[in-house]
Amino acid sequence: MQLTREQVTHVARLASLSLTPEEEVHFAGELSHILDYVESLNRLKLPPPGLNVGDGEQGPTPLRDDTPRPSTPVDLALTNAPDHSGQFFRVPRILEEGR
Amino acid sequence: MSTDFEMVVGLEVHSQLLTRTKLFCRCENRFGALPNTLVCPVCLGHPGVLPVLNREAVRLGIRLGLALGCTVHAHSVFDRKHYFYPDLPKGYQISQYTHPLLTGGVLTVRSGEGLREIRLHRIHMEEDAGKNLHAGIRDASHVDLNRAGVPLLEIVSEPDIRTPEEAVDYLKKLRQILRAVGVSDGNMEEGSFRCDANISLRPNGTSAFGTKVEIKNMNSFRFVQKALVYEYERQASLLQRGERVVSETRLFDSSTGKTSTMRSKEEALDYRYFPEPDLPPLVIDSRWVQEERDRLPELPQERVRKLSEEMGIREPDAEVLLLEEDFFRYFEEARQELSALARAGSWPEAQGTSRLVSFLLSEVLREWNRKGVPVLSGELRPGEIAYLVAQVVEERLSLNQAKEVYALCVEELRSPKTVIREKNLSQESGEEKLGEWIGEVLAENPAEVQSYREGKDRVFGFLVGQVMKKSAGKAHPQKANRLLKDALGR
Repeated sequence: MQLTREQVTHVARLASLSLTPEEEVHFAGELSHILDYVESLNRLKLPPPGLNVGDGEQGPTPLRDDTPRPSTPVDLALTNAPDHSGQFFRVPRILEEGR
Repeated sequence: MSTDFEMVVGLEVHSQLLTRTKLFCRCENRFGALPNTLVCPVCLGHPGVLPVLNREAVRLGIRLGLALGCTVHAHSVFDRKHYFYPDLPKGYQISQYTHPLLTGGVLTVRSGEGLREIRLHRIHMEEDAGKNLHAGIRDASHVDLNRAGVPLLEIVSEPDIRTPEEAVDYLKKLRQILRAVGVSDGNMEEGSFRCDANISLRPNGTSAFGTKVEIKNMNSFRFVQKALVYEYERQASLLQRGERVVSETRLFDSSTGKTSTMRSKEEALDYRYFPEPDLPPLVIDSRWVQEERDRLPELPQERVRKLSEEMGIREPDAEVLLLEEDFFRYFEEARQELSALARAGSWPEAQGTSRLVSFLLSEVLREWNRKGVPVLSGELRPGEIAYLVAQVVEERLSLNQAKEVYALCVEELRSPKTVIREKNLSQESGEEKLGEWIGEVLAENPAEVQSYREGKDRVFGFLVGQVMKKSAGKAHPQKANRLLKDALGR
């Protein structure tokens, strides 16, 4: 399956990546190879996806009790953030509110 | 509103659940904590962590489903919904897409004089995002992730709603049920009950749907009403001019009462949903569902029916009484006090109940709405309201006098007994005293009496007014009316 450059730029935009024209060509090829590889799974006779995902040996999802546990101290929680301000994570200004 | 088009509305409500912990980790689910103090590697989206589902959140989902008559699915699946936003640390939200926990169900709303059933499309579980703050910060935004991972139920209606009033009643009824079954506190100010609306218009009498617009940011029932009215007018004028409604998301601005474009849906967001590989399917045993069914409290609709049957309260009034549990408790306490007064004064209890209901729904409710205080502190005690209503039933006070007393009590924080005594309020219904005032009025106004007798009915109102004035507002209005008619001999 050969991806077009338009498909690559679309996927890049969804992933918030900016690609050079050379990279677009490169990834069109590389991603196509990955898709071909995954495509080989279609040769297996599997039940339709959805309810059966994760089924099998794993069984249903485990449920836990609704009992709180202490959270991470705020200083530690902020340690790995690129930036913070007081107790907040600090990010580039968001222009558009909501999603 | 224009009348050429029919409004078609579907609502999406996000309701936070009353669990102690978040959906997939054991951080506390609590509003108002210091920023980023209720977070851990799971809800911060650190690598290598695994979500573990909160049983209580599932239980509350089952309860809501049963209360709304939904199908509770034995198997449901969590999916990843991908988008980038600073309040979403993982880069995806764990939600349910193709196989939600609940589907179907129905909510009955009031529509004009009748009732209408609004079908529910689906209800699914998902995690909340964090909170972005912009106010007072230049060149940056701040993020608080305490809310990230808080359990939500998203309740999606079918596009069955046709008026802003139905939309508001739908939301009120839904919130009432969420509270009645203990699923959510429904607090709109704190964001535990949030609503988005999809609205489109179509020419009256047609059945195809028009282009829909999504409205966000309506955080009160009143704003929902306003936003829908505004959006209806906006779309109607576009369509009347032969223009096209653009599919988009619009934000409601409560300061202007208008909606404005937030983003166009032309470039539709591609969420790239796929089943969450870290969570096997959620499997619910039918015994568990039965247990929850057995433990369900009496639902609001049933309580409305009972109130109506047992106390003769009109159903729409009973609905309002039951909207807020505090308000209903207040009514119940006042009603019991009133019933003791009815026995002491040997008058029918039902008469008191009906007076009490109308007094609560007009005077008391208005006062609370005005103050915006849902709790009943600092106001009249239930016994005091009962006393005031009994004064009216026993014809010691006119209804207007009682309203005046109530207003003074609320304003000056005094008891009705004190106000009545100090203002020397009472009602005169003795025929002798009334006859005396009427006699004086007739003697003082011969010209008006003459013209009334010649057929000028309008003069009657003037004469009644004179009697009320002479009595300093104390004359029993209906009795004074009747006696005046008798005296005038027409």
